[in-house]
Amino acid sequence: MRQISLNLPLDDRQISDLAMGDKILLSGEIYSARDQAHKRLIQILNNHQPMPIDLAKTAIFYCGPSPRRPGQICGAIGPTTSYRMDALTEPLLHEGLKVMIGKGERSPEIGKLIREYGAVYLTTFGGISAVLSRCIVSCETFLWPELGAEAVYRMVVDKLPCYVAIK
Amino acid sequence: MRIIEDSQVLEALSSAIQKITYHCDPRITEQIGRALEQDPDEYARDVYQAILQNHQISATDQIPLCQDTGSTVIFAELGNEVLICGNTLQEIADQAAAQAAQSCPLRASIVSDPLFKRINSTNNSPAILHIQQVRGDRLKLCVTQKGGGAENMSFLTMFTPATPLEDIRESIIQSIIDTGSRACPPLVIGIGIGGNFERCAVLAKRALLEELGRANPIAEYADLERDILQELNSRGCGAQGMGGILTAIAVHILQEPCHIASLPIAVNIQCHVHRHIEVEL
Repeated sequence: MRQISLNLPLDDRQISDLAMGDKILLSGEIYSARDQAHKRLIQILNNHQPMPIDLAKTAIFYCGPSPRRPGQICGAIGPTTSYRMDALTEPLLHEGLKVMIGKGERSPEIGKLIREYGAVYLTTFGGISAVLSRCIVSCETFLWPELGAEAVYRMVVDKLPCYVAIK
Repeated sequence: MRIIEDSQVLEALSSAIQKITYHCDPRITEQIGRALEQDPDEYARDVYQAILQNHQISATDQIPLCQDTGSTVIFAELGNEVLICGNTLQEIADQAAAQAAQSCPLRASIVSDPLFKRINSTNNSPAILHIQQVRGDRLKLCVTQKGGGAENMSFLTMFTPATPLEDIRESIIQSIIDTGSRACPPLVIGIGIGGNFERCAVLAKRALLEELGRANPIAEYADLERDILQELNSRGCGAQGMGGILTAIAVHILQEPCHIASLPIAVNIQCHVHRHIEVEL
């Protein structure tokens, strides 16, 4: 197993150098988005409004952390099942999204699109959320706090362990 | 008649939910530890190590094992000589879910309207409660936190009584394998056979909460449990779909009588974060 440390943003060369099964320790600024947040981001695009996240420079983590206790940076954090976002992924790829993090298989159509757009889908383990919470350097609500766990959180991560699943 | 105050039940349920937030079934830790000793697959070993580390950090730092702190599901066995004073069991269960959501804190993961509004209830209520009346003066509560990812992979089939056992077996195994890594394997599998449409689903959930790895008391069912488990672990999916020897940790079947025309079978899938506890009052 090849292990590579990478800092966001990733350029095209860094993505094309990745191989299936590589273990990535990912650092930098990322954003959470799950079902409801995806719907709202796509609504923004459909309304021709400016995208609040620079998708080409970051990663979208399919997750909704648990609340933190006073003094904690964040609560438990881990991937949700990615296939639910399959129908909502293409507009974000078109907008420049390069890195997605989640868990589980994607549809063959999404696999093809990810390759066409030169993007990469990384998986991380589900249900090891106390371990992953130690990789979070900062975490703040960025968009739509009324969505609770489904809001968009801006996070800085340090050496988040992921595996290359589609590229 | 024995009287139990609602506050006693509330306290027992709240502390049970709190405990399973940070401690999964200890037999999962044992089984993962054993797999780490036996499995040569380097990706699978990465998963086992992460899971074992997670059990430690969660317990010591009081960070939930999984960010999906789940639906609160409770099976209550209520003695026919017990009177619960004050609130109903459903009201108490909802309060316990809400209390734990605030004190841990847990993620608010329940929406009040499932189809149209999907507005979060903000406190994890309501809990899902199954009450069975039994003889005696005790109240037994089996409590679990059931995550959404594995629950989404569960399924129910109305087989016909003429379906050959081999076809049923293969259908169950292949359907579980097809869920890949989406349900967070290594899995625990609860299978409900018989009853009727809704009853077999409840049996499947109840089967998950039995002592991990126990054998069904009827030999034919115990053989089927063992057979399905072996087959699941021979098809290469493995922990988190990364390969290796451990796709499933246990298969539990519960069966009940059913209609002459029917053979309902439900399969409830549970992830490796197998959080459940039993308390008795």
